Amino acid sequence: MGGGVAYENDLNFKATELRLGLPGTGCTDEEQAVSGAKSNKRPLLETREERGAKGKSDPQHDDQETDPAPKAQIVGWPPIRSYRKNSLQPKKAEAEAAAGMYVKVSMDGAPYLRKIDLKVYKGYPELLKALENMFKLTIGDYSEREGYKGSEYAPTYEDKDGDWMLVGDVPWDMFLTSCKKLRIMKGSEARGLGCGV
Amino acid sequence: MGPNPKMRKEFPDSTRSSPFPDEVLERVLSLLKSHKDRSAVSLVCKDWYNAESWSRAHVFIGNCYSVSPEIVARRFPRVKSVTLKGKPRFSDFNLVPENWGADVHPWLAVFVAKYPFLEELRLKRMAVSDESLEFLALNFPNFKVLSLLSCDGFSTDGLAAIATHCKNLTQLDIQENGIDDKSGSWLSCFPENFTSLEVLNFANLNTDVNFDALERLVSRCKSLNVLKANKSISLEHLQRLLVCAPQLIELGTGSFMPELTARQYAELENSFIQLKNLNTLSGLWEASAPYLPVLYPACTNLTFLNLSYAFLQSLELESLLCHCPHLQRLWVLDTVGDKGLEAVGSNCPLLEELRVFPADPFDEEVIHGVTEAGFLAVSYGCRRLHYVLYFCRQMTNAAVATIVQNCPDFTHFRLCIMNPGQPDYLTNEPMDEAFGAVVRTCTKLQRLSVSGLLTDLTFEYIGQYAKNLETLSVAFAGSSDRGMQCMLEGCPKLRKLEIRDCPFGNAALLSGLEKYESMRSLWMSACNVTMSGCRLLAREMPRLNVEVMKDDGSDESQADKVYVYRSVVGPRRDAPPCVLNLSGL
Repeated sequence: MGGGVAYENDLNFKATELRLGLPGTGCTDEEQAVSGAKSNKRPLLETREERGAKGKSDPQHDDQETDPAPKAQIVGWPPIRSYRKNSLQPKKAEAEAAAGMYVKVSMDGAPYLRKIDLKVYKGYPELLKALENMFKLTIGDYSEREGYKGSEYAPTYEDKDGDWMLVGDVPWDMFLTSCKKLRIMKGSEARGLGCGV
Repeated sequence: MGPNPKMRKEFPDSTRSSPFPDEVLERVLSLLKSHKDRSAVSLVCKDWYNAESWSRAHVFIGNCYSVSPEIVARRFPRVKSVTLKGKPRFSDFNLVPENWGADVHPWLAVFVAKYPFLEELRLKRMAVSDESLEFLALNFPNFKVLSLLSCDGFSTDGLAAIATHCKNLTQLDIQENGIDDKSGSWLSCFPENFTSLEVLNFANLNTDVNFDALERLVSRCKSLNVLKANKSISLEHLQRLLVCAPQLIELGTGSFMPELTARQYAELENSFIQLKNLNTLSGLWEASAPYLPVLYPACTNLTFLNLSYAFLQSLELESLLCHCPHLQRLWVLDTVGDKGLEAVGSNCPLLEELRVFPADPFDEEVIHGVTEAGFLAVSYGCRRLHYVLYFCRQMTNAAVATIVQNCPDFTHFRLCIMNPGQPDYLTNEPMDEAFGAVVRTCTKLQRLSVSGLLTDLTFEYIGQYAKNLETLSVAFAGSSDRGMQCMLEGCPKLRKLEIRDCPFGNAALLSGLEKYESMRSLWMSACNVTMSGCRLLAREMPRLNVEVMKDDGSDESQADKVYVYRSVVGPRRDAPPCVLNLSGL
């Protein structure tokens, strides 16, 4: 079998992530930015390479459109010079930044939901402060062991898998990408979260 | 009595075949500019070979490893201008490791002895260090023209050395390089009494330059006719520069971010009105609708408009194009959409070249961009079109067939359907017939890039019809070795063949044994070629360099990346560890 050898067998999201940093920054040999980073090793990603028209004699059975896995990026494709790629990325980031990352926030007992733009916050302290202001309540202090102590409220969020998680457990960046909606839990339900049950 | 070669050899000054003395012959030959013509001339006879060698002022070396600087200097003793190309083209797309080679320094080391009065150096895909740039600046007192395209290995410090020491510099053209952009202070290094600059292109650089230094430079260089600024130059700055240099023929604006007062806007409008000689316009970062009208007065004589960094929509493009009746070359982003391309078709009857770049090449959820409809619209309106580079997400065989019927004069047809192996989206068939139509209809075709779902049939067509084809790029295509064989057996003028991710193996590689010596190079990556196939090629063809690069973790026997090129100097000695030289083993 020819080329298209997988660098790693599972889809490495970090490796396929579009980065905004300058070429050469923040990239270890493991982390590969496809967008023109100056790095010696280029993983040839498996998904595309093997499905790319190798000996494809029956286009009718082409399953590319129905492939459920997210499509990994191929090194050097489309064939655009690094300089151009790097020039265009910031624009895309600007567009995304302008668009914002709005999620719904519900609070137990409140008649209607609110929406906030997660992108405007730099981290958890700011987010929690904003929630406290918005709903006129105190959330308390976060600790890994006990959750939110000192109040009857606990901020939670629904992640990509549909599970309800306590806000603050994962790094902020990871939270941003996985948070789909927020819910401020109240009372006994909230207290139950931090008790190692 | 006819010319007697033996007599000529024994009596060099006696009757010869050429009826006039060497000086005259050299004078006549010096009028020949094309290096292809000169090569042809040099083959006529020894006299002509010598005369041509002595009169050649500009030498073009398409592959820096095909020859050595010593051999070049020995043959052409009076060269003033050198163009050198290094890495394989796929290095532009990160397929070649950074330390691969193509270092310019060994060339400079020879030039300093043999061409001390060198005036021009144009480099493409070469590794250039700051030390080399400084060496160049300090050792060549007549140096005038420096052009760096797609090079890497240097920083703005190197540019500072050039600015500081090259007293006779007329052109500094820095384009699309992997440059370490430390600071813009290099621009301030031009001495205050330096006035010879004619071309200044620093659009590639991102760091701020000292605007006052730039303004003074532009003011005192009265012969400046090309100025391409970088993003750090604002509209307000631009206005001041234009006032100093109304004679500009080519302008690259800086940032077009709209942030002027009404009075400043009026002043800017006025300075564009003064640009009577402008034929090329580029830059335009962050250009938007309200500010585009300032350009209109300067567009009357525009022949080349590069909007490939401006995120314009269709209406904005249309408004602009109304004012560009003489446009011959247009580069745009696909944000203009098919509607924008309809406007191109309607407004640019003289258009010869169109390049459409993708604004979001990696985003597959994107629904916009351009389709076959846009390309069709252009072909109906622009019958002189002969160069196209088109990135799209869908195409049909029927559309391409119509397009080439409308525009049969294509010399360069580069179509990139961005999803690899994608069929005709209407019929779900391979795109074979599209490229069949291209090669059948466009008899002058010199360069072709294919894409989409392609079987061997495409390559049968290419081999059968593309008799003038010189450069061919193939990716994610073909069904078997036969595909590549067709290309190698069929295209008599083929010089550069680059292939990636295709099911071509050793049989295909070896079918081109005799062909490769008539070509500049062959690149094959992620195909089915093995080390033993490459070794066999190297053994059979000692005048070819066969280089293999392996990917991490790949099979021992696989030749992941193969680069084959002819050379008169044998295997290179500067290859890094990741490059295996199979020749001469």
